[in-house]
Amino acid sequence: MLFKFELEGGNFSKVGYASSQIKKVLKQLAIDPRIIKRVVVALYEAEVNVVAHAWRGTVVAKLDADKISLELKDEGPGIPDIPLAMSEGYSTASEAVREMGFGAGMGLPNMKKNVDELTIESQVDVGTTVRMVTWFNKKGA
Amino acid sequence: MKVCDLVKILDLTVFCGEKGLDTEITGGYTSDLLSDVMGHIEENMLWITMQTHQNLLAVATLKDVAAVLIVNGSSPDTETLQKGREEAVPLLGTTLSAFEASGRIYQLLQNGNE
Repeated sequence: MLFKFELEGGNFSKVGYASSQIKKVLKQLAIDPRIIKRVVVALYEAEVNVVAHAWRGTVVAKLDADKISLELKDEGPGIPDIPLAMSEGYSTASEAVREMGFGAGMGLPNMKKNVDELTIESQVDVGTTVRMVTWFNKKGA
Repeated sequence: MKVCDLVKILDLTVFCGEKGLDTEITGGYTSDLLSDVMGHIEENMLWITMQTHQNLLAVATLKDVAAVLIVNGSSPDTETLQKGREEAVPLLGTTLSAFEASGRIYQLLQNGNE
């Protein structure tokens, strides 16, 4: 099964839509609730990142029998230093974004903690692609 | 303790989400940072916050919290309230500060578990 969602930079009203849809699907498939929770946290954080930093992006969720693969691809400023961005507490979020309770520098670390595989590819001034895989049998978790 | 019991004891405002008032509260978490809440709150906990914008609903429903308590006498934003009416998570309000609300609710939950 393949699901696709659109994200728009700065439009926080749509943040969480993809996560809630995926949560519903995983529930219907009777996936372990602990795994659903982890996937949902990671996807929500990834959605926030696109809306907070990029101009636009897409979420593609691919469901297989044994895993869920999430790909968030955005057109945006990119991440110049990925290891720095991965460190807890580091954030480049704007003041407006911080006022809404985001921008604590916890998004990427939260994503890493909650998925089995996380890869980030980024090109400055072009965009970022985040891929996350979670195995339903909790391999490596 | 159920959400509705807490509403009565602390005379809380119920803005929306009446459907969820029978949920049993298992604990609480006080934070205004959404990632912090995403990372630490558990299902059926009470979330105490000063946030009022609609993103709090996404976090609350994704994490299946028992209810959200908005402190300092604030009310949810118009969009939050509109969206919140479609959800089963109660949005509550109090004039207490986050510190005072957390302290009192912690005590109530502790006593309830004894």
